[in-house]
Amino acid sequence: MKIEVLGTGCKKCKELEMTVKQAIAKSGKFIQLEKVEDIAKIMEYQLVSTPGLVIDGKVVSTGKVLSVNEVLEFIMGENTL
Amino acid sequence: MWQATVNYLTLDLLGLSGHLEKSINFFIYDTIKIWFLLITIIFTVSYLRTHFNTEYVRAHLQGKSELYGNVLAALFGIITPFCSCSAIPLFLGFVQARIPIGVTFSFLISSPMNNEIAIALLFGLFGWKITVIYIGFGLLVAIVGGFTIGKFGMEKYILMDVKPMEGELEEVKISLTVKERAEEAYRYTIDIFKQIYLYILIGVGAGAIIHGYIPATFIAEYAGGDNPFAVLAAVIMGIPIYSNASGVMPLVEVLTQKGMLLGTALSFMMAVTALSLPEAMILKKILHIKLIATFFCIVGFGIVCIGYLFNFILR
Repeated sequence: MKIEVLGTGCKKCKELEMTVKQAIAKSGKFIQLEKVEDIAKIMEYQLVSTPGLVIDGKVVSTGKVLSVNEVLEFIMGENTL
Repeated sequence: MWQATVNYLTLDLLGLSGHLEKSINFFIYDTIKIWFLLITIIFTVSYLRTHFNTEYVRAHLQGKSELYGNVLAALFGIITPFCSCSAIPLFLGFVQARIPIGVTFSFLISSPMNNEIAIALLFGLFGWKITVIYIGFGLLVAIVGGFTIGKFGMEKYILMDVKPMEGELEEVKISLTVKERAEEAYRYTIDIFKQIYLYILIGVGAGAIIHGYIPATFIAEYAGGDNPFAVLAAVIMGIPIYSNASGVMPLVEVLTQKGMLLGTALSFMMAVTALSLPEAMILKKILHIKLIATFFCIVGFGIVCIGYLFNFILR
């Protein structure tokens, strides 16, 4: 699984990155995490508010800092599919 | 009722009197009242706003005719959250969806101007009438300002090449339970409150000193309440202090009690929220300085006009 955090480096984006790291640790899975800061790349995902959370190429959340449990739910939910 | 409680506390319990009593009474009364209103209003607004997000707005603005698009964009600006750090993806994302530049600006003017903190503070400090006037004229500036910018044909001043997407955007669906919405609103409210409670404390504190110690005719006497340049000066002063809007508004309330004209105060507050220097710096990465200058001039001009209009009507 690959998780991407989209954001140009604002405070909220950094917060989301921290949250995702915690969620990954909690899940105990092997997950690749990438921070995407290039605006041209961010625009390819067709979102209009940052931070964005992308799991395996799919945008799952935009414009807000999720809680650790919410990110964990995304990680676990993806697993059952 | 709340005033009576505070009166009892400062007059009877603490046995204060004179200027000191006036200041402390005002400080306690205003701080608690504003905190309470802020929490209530921010929670309500952020709960409502879980039904929308910027992606939803974009899908709804796509393909709308120009003037109707401006009106719709300005209205959406009330309900969607705005963070200046999102200004770039927002701007480019709108261009990507082939939304006209003028409509994008209507949203970009309205969204920070009608943010929940400003609305809550206005309501708490000045009452609902001024709040309605502020929102109404704020929308007008956003609609007319955006429309005017659109007429200048400044698309060439967007410095980044954005490939317009093909076809229509999909309808954005947000499916959350009531509990999830409430949790999100609660978290957001706490987050905002943590950021601004101190500024409010300081703003009201400074206001309280003015309230208790400076005579009511002070501004009218010394700073010239009806000085023809007051509105213009207020707007220019409002530009650099965006982040401290929550500390500034309590001060403005006290200044109006001391003789500052309401139109001047209104212009000042609009300038604080709508014209923000940090936002301009962020947008400079993707927009030519000419476009940003046009944006500031048009919005500034609109706000100044509103100030003079008000000072004239309320004379």
